[in-house]
Amino acid sequence: MSDRTIELEILRYDPEQDDAPHFQTYTVPCQEDWVVLDAINFVKENLDRTLSYRWSCHMAVCGSCGMALNGEPALACHAFVRDYPERIRIEPLQNFPIERDLVVVMDDFMEKLAAVRPYVIAAEEKDVEDGEHLQTPAELARYKQYTACINCLLCYSACPQYGLNDSFIGPAALALAHRYNLDSRDVGRSAREDVVASNPGIWECSFVGACSEVCPKSVDPAAAIQQTKIASSGDYFMKFLMPWKRK
Amino acid sequence: METINTDVAIIGAGGAGLRAAIAVAEADPSLKVALISKVYPMRSHTVAAEGGAAGVIKDNDSFDNHFHDTVAGGDWLCDQDAVDLFIREAPRELTRIEHWGCPWSREADGHVAVRPFGGMKIERTWYAADKTGFHLLHTLFQTSLKYASIERYDEYYSTDLMVTDGRCHGVAAIEIRSGQVRFFRAKAVIIATGGAGRVFPFTTNGAIKTGDGMAMAYRAGVPLKDMEFVQYHPTGLPGTGILITEGSRGEGGILVNRDGYRYLQDYALGPPDPWPRKKAMELGPRDRLSQAFWHEQQKGRTISTDYGDVVHLDLRHLGEAKIDERLPMVRELSRSYVGVDPVHEPIPVRPVVHYTMGGIDTDIDAATCVDGLFAAGECACVSINGANRLGSNSLTELLVFGARAGQAAAELALGGNADAASNGIQSAADSAEGRVLELFRRNGGTESVAGLRRDMNDAMEAGAGIYRDEAMLRTCCARIQEIRERYRNVVLADKSNVFNTDLIEALELGSMIEVASAMACSALQRRESRGSHQRLDYPDRDDTDYLRHSLATYSATDLPAIDYSDVTITRSQPAARVYGGASE
Repeated sequence: MSDRTIELEILRYDPEQDDAPHFQTYTVPCQEDWVVLDAINFVKENLDRTLSYRWSCHMAVCGSCGMALNGEPALACHAFVRDYPERIRIEPLQNFPIERDLVVVMDDFMEKLAAVRPYVIAAEEKDVEDGEHLQTPAELARYKQYTACINCLLCYSACPQYGLNDSFIGPAALALAHRYNLDSRDVGRSAREDVVASNPGIWECSFVGACSEVCPKSVDPAAAIQQTKIASSGDYFMKFLMPWKRK
Repeated sequence: METINTDVAIIGAGGAGLRAAIAVAEADPSLKVALISKVYPMRSHTVAAEGGAAGVIKDNDSFDNHFHDTVAGGDWLCDQDAVDLFIREAPRELTRIEHWGCPWSREADGHVAVRPFGGMKIERTWYAADKTGFHLLHTLFQTSLKYASIERYDEYYSTDLMVTDGRCHGVAAIEIRSGQVRFFRAKAVIIATGGAGRVFPFTTNGAIKTGDGMAMAYRAGVPLKDMEFVQYHPTGLPGTGILITEGSRGEGGILVNRDGYRYLQDYALGPPDPWPRKKAMELGPRDRLSQAFWHEQQKGRTISTDYGDVVHLDLRHLGEAKIDERLPMVRELSRSYVGVDPVHEPIPVRPVVHYTMGGIDTDIDAATCVDGLFAAGECACVSINGANRLGSNSLTELLVFGARAGQAAAELALGGNADAASNGIQSAADSAEGRVLELFRRNGGTESVAGLRRDMNDAMEAGAGIYRDEAMLRTCCARIQEIRERYRNVVLADKSNVFNTDLIEALELGSMIEVASAMACSALQRRESRGSHQRLDYPDRDDTDYLRHSLATYSATDLPAIDYSDVTITRSQPAARVYGGASE
């Protein structure tokens, strides 16, 4: 049932044995409808048990299998072999340290995600017995797009600013902060401000928009960051005009 | 070996594990929680659930309705005290998640919206478009970041529970990035590792669903309950097994065979009209729908493809606007993975292994027979699902019982004698480390992880599918036992300490083989047909002999012993399971 043979040129690096990363090439018989992850799994199952990479859901929702395919960040389970030439160069996501082979160290991202306080900060605790908050479809629509982030890190990999300065909070975490700021159940915008509106926060972004281009879930972090900049500027000037009104 | 002292260790950071961790943190912030998972929390397979979570909230519904739907859906193998507790807690838990920010879909006036689901008499399934599990998981994970007492150990693979003197004292786990084994010493341990769909070759389950927690508890002496009940979801994409949510049918989608005929009307689910109609046709329970597919296939009325036979799920009459609002992910998945836009063409689908009704035997407080050991979510069997789970009860289950497990574990950890010193604990930890090192260092073995895994998958597919019989199951049990023997000769090709997935997959395979053995042997011994367990040689339900839970007990050398325990029946006596026009 094999339709096509391709070559995978995969970055290999085992810190216990290798001084530097190198590439290893595998020849894989592919079927027409395969995704790149299927081809990598073929290598793991049949050609080389020592290859390390992350994957799980195979349906573009768990966010595990982000990698650079011919230099572009992508989810391997959502990148179709038919869209690539005969040779695919597969590398770990750029802008992260390599743990091993295609596995990157993501500690920095996990810390940044937590730093923006990505949870509802409510004006007052509502008792469960009092039922749900009302939230109209229009109120839901204000923030819904920004809930779609699967934390796949493609945007960090694409972001030139994060590449230059890894203190930048970065697209996914800032989009998530924006998501809660826009939620009608939340009053935490000022509590998030110290991280979000700091120098490594939104002001570090130079609005290249690469994050939004690579996002597999159309979250559009660039828009979230620009909207946050406008809101934070408003706060800044408000502070001088109406100092008593600091929310 | 480094020892990490904690109060409550939780294995698994999907929906149930996160909910349990928050419950412990809220019970007492002084209790330390170690949340241990082989993947980062947002990679957990809760993420892939689509359709929704059931809970009574609307005025046209009642707890009684949810109770009776669930008990009949489970073919009376549910424990009714557990179901009662579950349906009463359900709306509270779903509301709590609403307070924590879950973006539930809404009605025009701002109330949470509900949709119809299979086997449910009234629409009661809360949903967040068709990404409910994703939103639930991320809401729980993000909320968990509020609590300083929850310490996460991401990418730690748990290998063994530390049980001495009938009490659980913790768990041994490999830090995947370094290959080092750590001993988490805890006053209480909660297993929340999810299902084991990867035992079968064609499944909706992600690569991580390998039944590790089930196998760990089983090896530590806790029986696995009702393991013969494996749910086939009727609508998976051919080839990949990607799930197409039951919400598609809840919104009005229909299933047709090669002749464009709504074949479900031939299987006690009709008449087809009016449609949509609750508890009828495409909104029948999953076991019945998957079995109907099998019969259509026998009759040659399915459609053959390169990836096996399919039927068509037709959503075209819903129109583009409704599909985009309610089922955006279904549209995206179909377009990407089978090249079909459901706005214009029907989606090819076939039954696919989806859920394990069985699991670690627990009581209504999520406690197992080992002191200090709890389990919740898909890895556990309380049992509210009986012989067949109704769609949208499982997301609710992981909240309700995840919270109960957390509360019970917290109570135990706060109690006086929880920290009782135990002799032999260190040697148990050492032998857990020894087991990993032996596998890691083994030379001269003859079996590869990938080859043996394929053989196990083949044995289960051939012997323990939608329909089973004595001969198939005997062969299956024998093959799995042979694979268990061969597993001792598994050898790793990868000898690195750093992120060694050859090692992790080998350990996962060990878990899966034990789970497969419990499934096949429990199925062999249940000589009746009930819910998802259908025997060609025993086509009827037999309440005289089998209105009982099966309990598989581990043996290191032999096939498991199968015993039985009573089903708790409080207010619904077993009756015929009726759907379609006859149920109205």
